[in-house]
Amino acid sequence: MKVLKIDLSKYRYEIEDRKDLFEEWIGGTGVAVQLLKEEMDLRADPLSEENVIVFAIGPFTPAYPLASKTVAMFKSPLTGNLGESHAGGRTATAIANAGYGAIIIKGKSKKPVYIVVHNDKVYFRDARVIWGIADSLIVGRIIAENEKGRGIRTVMRIGGGGSNLVRYACVTTETYRHFGRLGLGAVFGSKNLKALVVVGRGSRKIPNRHKYKEIYEKILKLALESDAMKKYHLLGTAVNVNPLNELGALPTKNLKATKFEKAEEISGEALAEHNLGRRIACSHCPIACIHIAALRIPYETEPYFYKTIMISYDYEPIYALGSMLGIGSRDGLLKLIHKVEVYGLDAMSTGVCLAWATEALERGLITENETLVKLSFGDVDGYLRAIDYIVKQPNEFYKVLAQGVEKASEVYGGKEFALAFGKNEMPGYHVGHATHIGYLIGLRHSHLDNAGYSLDQKLKEIPPPHEVVDKLVKEEAWRQVLSSLVVCFFARGVYKPEIVAEAFKALGYETSPEELKMKGEKIYREKLKLKIKMGFDPDSLRLPKRIFETECFQGRLSEEYIREALRYWKEKYVLPLV
Amino acid sequence: MPKRLVIRDIEKCVGCGLCMFACSRRHGEIGNDYSGILPVSLSGFERGATVIFCRACVEPPCAQVCPTNALTPRDGGGVIYREDLCIGCKNCIEACTIGAIFERRNGKPALCIHCGYCANYCPHGVLGYEEVEA
Repeated sequence: MKVLKIDLSKYRYEIEDRKDLFEEWIGGTGVAVQLLKEEMDLRADPLSEENVIVFAIGPFTPAYPLASKTVAMFKSPLTGNLGESHAGGRTATAIANAGYGAIIIKGKSKKPVYIVVHNDKVYFRDARVIWGIADSLIVGRIIAENEKGRGIRTVMRIGGGGSNLVRYACVTTETYRHFGRLGLGAVFGSKNLKALVVVGRGSRKIPNRHKYKEIYEKILKLALESDAMKKYHLLGTAVNVNPLNELGALPTKNLKATKFEKAEEISGEALAEHNLGRRIACSHCPIACIHIAALRIPYETEPYFYKTIMISYDYEPIYALGSMLGIGSRDGLLKLIHKVEVYGLDAMSTGVCLAWATEALERGLITENETLVKLSFGDVDGYLRAIDYIVKQPNEFYKVLAQGVEKASEVYGGKEFALAFGKNEMPGYHVGHATHIGYLIGLRHSHLDNAGYSLDQKLKEIPPPHEVVDKLVKEEAWRQVLSSLVVCFFARGVYKPEIVAEAFKALGYETSPEELKMKGEKIYREKLKLKIKMGFDPDSLRLPKRIFETECFQGRLSEEYIREALRYWKEKYVLPLV
Repeated sequence: MPKRLVIRDIEKCVGCGLCMFACSRRHGEIGNDYSGILPVSLSGFERGATVIFCRACVEPPCAQVCPTNALTPRDGGGVIYREDLCIGCKNCIEACTIGAIFERRNGKPALCIHCGYCANYCPHGVLGYEEVEA
């Protein structure tokens, strides 16, 4: 497997064979951790020239379906610690077909550029003219028209969020998929990098055609015919809105409630019935879980003129820009999602920041002098304008809000209702203890690290905290294997350890479910070590009071329970690595 | 009767590219270098997706401009491709009006020979494999 290193300060690149790394650490997350360790001064300021970005794919791309994800690793400007974000689209297959296992971006360009990787060549293109274009959809279109490689390329770009260094700006790929969390877009922006295009045409010999075909067909069949991916086949992730609302686990109005009276209106069912206009797929995935709504909007002043915009929706943006902000109109919700898409912001962080600002305004911690617009739960227009302000940052308040809710609450108060975990704004689940322990100890502070929200729904009674921690860590360790392969987490029901081992065999590598699990644990420890070296301190984790005030599916949560879990986690998993 | 790869309903294409990967697999390869079919978005995925492949011309311009007879007209439309005769001149790539011939890394063309293998993998009923008049 080859690694491409691009240095933006010197406008140079080199290609290295790093078979060694991929054999030991699989690919994706496993390899990215090692490359970051090798390439980066871990104390670097995330928005300085010294930050390093690694994009890594794994051995299953493009060999098997559903291996459609790329891992990005960098130092997060939002948390100041390890940043890891995954995206679909065509990025993974384009990198693989171009012949790479990973691409590293270092340094900082003097002037705005975008990079084009075309198989074994790298080009630095002038991006001064498009640097100021805030609409990531237009940026994507312009670059697509300028460059070759239609159909076999990925265009990873930033919008106004990234170029204005909003610390939760994302990198968007193929219009609708995102390296969403932890601010990769701002890191691009700080490097004067508007986009990374990868065009890949290439292939490698199948070592064992018979075995390979057999396991390929098996995986495809499992994906299409078993229940393993059923929910993604149908309503998509938006299917979660109604059940979570019924459970009393849907964060609403800055988590003042967990039931939203208008949840039905913004549910997966309602969106499918009224707005679903098209579905598209990531490369090499038959599921096509990307649900796109068609929103018809009349011109403000001219009758019988309409614009129709296509907006991709998922559970998380529905939660963050819907229930969390008290938005119960589908049109309003879709406009907010579109706004965030245009600027290239993380939807979850944006929603949580705005929810906090709304409550801070209600309580008088800030005034309209700060917010410049009246923010109130349910008011779409106010939020649309506030998102413009987050990107443009016309005053001190928005400069601070663009740094995340942790920072904003440090400056203006209201920490008890500032919903961030490890400084990362919360995802859309308030189910029980495991949910929040999961956010806190998850190495990305993401619900997808260890699926605590799912564990809470399965538990019949509440076990002692250490049992929950062990279960979460076990799940997270296995997910390190999935994110090293790299397969989509939605396909985790397909890629069980036995199937993964079999799939490796057909590619000429002997392994076993046990060995894979051990590798997962090893990668987990390596990632945690990297986090510690970057300054992570479990004792500094903050528990927002709000999560103990608002009842959830498990009832009222106990702070002591969560603190005990954190103590146990530190003792058993963190301290041995220090 | 000869068969050819056909479009059943192009509007159903989700751009997954399973056809493209199937095509290279048919050649014993993992990837897209050998693929004679290309999934593309329509100026961005907001306008949907489609696939580009040989539409089985009765008078194929690509065969007409091939200097070595590596490409010859096929019964039922399209061409028969004999790679051992190809010198990689790329005339065929230039000649195809719809851009359905692709350049491999070694400079030789990748194109659809209407074997129908990819249609087995189209998950949404876009592609079919049908008998046609010779």
